[in-house]
Amino acid sequence: MNPIDLIVEPLSYGFMVRALVTTVVAAVVCALLSCWLVLVGWSLMGDAVSHAVLPGVVLAYVLGAPFALGAVVFGFLAVGLIGAIRDTSRVKEDAAIGIVFTTLFALGLVLISVTPSQTDLNHIVFGNVLGVSVGDLVQVAALGAVVAAVLLYKRRDLVLYAFDPGHAHAIGLSPRRLGALLLGLLALTAVVALQVVGVILVVAMLILPGATAQLLTDRFSRMLLIAPVLSVVCATVGLYLSYWLDAAPGGLVVVTQGAAFALVYLFGPRHGLLTRRARRDGAAPPAAVGRVEG
Amino acid sequence: MSPAAVDTAAIEVEGLTVRYGPLVALDGVSLRLAPGTVCGLIGMNGSGKSTLFKSMTGLLRADSGRVRLGGHEPATARRRGLVGYVPQAEAVDWAFPVSVRDVVMMGRYGRLGPTRRAREADRAAVAAALARVELADLADRQIGQLSGGQRKRAFVARGIAQEAEVLLLDEPFAGVDKRSEATMSSLLAELAAAGRTVLVATHDLQALPALADEAVLLRRRVLLHGPVEEVLRPENLARAFGIDPLEQGSRT
Repeated sequence: MNPIDLIVEPLSYGFMVRALVTTVVAAVVCALLSCWLVLVGWSLMGDAVSHAVLPGVVLAYVLGAPFALGAVVFGFLAVGLIGAIRDTSRVKEDAAIGIVFTTLFALGLVLISVTPSQTDLNHIVFGNVLGVSVGDLVQVAALGAVVAAVLLYKRRDLVLYAFDPGHAHAIGLSPRRLGALLLGLLALTAVVALQVVGVILVVAMLILPGATAQLLTDRFSRMLLIAPVLSVVCATVGLYLSYWLDAAPGGLVVVTQGAAFALVYLFGPRHGLLTRRARRDGAAPPAAVGRVEG
Repeated sequence: MSPAAVDTAAIEVEGLTVRYGPLVALDGVSLRLAPGTVCGLIGMNGSGKSTLFKSMTGLLRADSGRVRLGGHEPATARRRGLVGYVPQAEAVDWAFPVSVRDVVMMGRYGRLGPTRRAREADRAAVAAALARVELADLADRQIGQLSGGQRKRAFVARGIAQEAEVLLLDEPFAGVDKRSEATMSSLLAELAAAGRTVLVATHDLQALPALADEAVLLRRRVLLHGPVEEVLRPENLARAFGIDPLEQGSRT
């Protein structure tokens, strides 16, 4: 089979086209947000919120409300509970995060088990990108557009919040409000991404692109380009792999992104582990460099 | 004190008390600084220096007492961009992907529209501030690629670009070599000569005479506020530190 067919053949199926578009949208939005999450140090929080939205999404389904609404409510509820437990008991923050998000996630699983039409809802947990309907796709695209627009509109304030919240406060901005904004966007993004990879793996799409981009540049504006491009390429490759290998698409998207991170971590031109080692070991004679590369 | 100085205190703290639960961090602290002063804030770890700074910028709510900066409530002073803050080195992520110029531009954000897009005047102010602290050549470096002293100067440049009237510096000499320390001291003196007011929390007693006109000895309350020579007298330092302070100062 020639390479063109490898790329074109899957697109003769409507479900693959919808899957590809959904994956690309989710990859872009998650990658944009991930640039801030890794810099603020919210990876664990991203994990917690993306799991904790599950009961909100299920309840929204039951009540016929938009998934996004349920997700945002439970995202904030989770963060509120984590803060309350940390501040009013001797339990430390990481334990508080573990307690709140697993409990809410478990509550979501229980709600799924007692809600009729279980098949639909189980897709939230593991993702069902190959079964995305046109309606789902429209919702993902609309939410994704809103999140991306807000992120880009407020990007400088959010960078300031990540870099120096004390200065943000000192010049009359509200770090608390900026944090809440980022949190709301995180909950909405979780809804976008769970269509593709499911609740369990959302956090991967929310951390990997930003973390990888961080290793490739010293400029935030470039992170905002590198992360989405990388994320889209990996997600597309992952989706194609899943078609040709007949394996789980959500899993392969994340595995591909993880592999890209590993490559950059080891061989990245600036901060790669082996690159730095090679640089340190030499004023390396050209021959030695050739051997490393060969 | 002349009546004029009373009217125009740049920093005015009255009876400030802050408790963390049962712990009293600040106990009735009062302090007045006239415009154009460089004042050292001296005290041990836990003496309340950081708490005082946080109360002045409004990050912490005091249990009682009041703060005025340039004659304004702290919230108003913040909105007007009167307060510049130079954080401790440990409080900054030096691997953060921002350039020196980006950091200084953050000083202008309070004056910019909702997207913080810089105008020509802002770029000019940032360039001038960078030149002022002699970092113009390094403006496009990532912030962590500067030396300890240069990093501090970048944050001072941010306060200059902000046109802050009151500059608060938290331990600016930690991890900074002697030459950079001297550069910083003369920079702050020049800013003060131009009418700005500078309050510097520091452990470094050796550097104090070159740095400041006056100093405050803090140990949860103000033990002494006076000229540097007076504050540095051993009997006064002993009250603040409880041990031979010059011994300890020379280690840092």
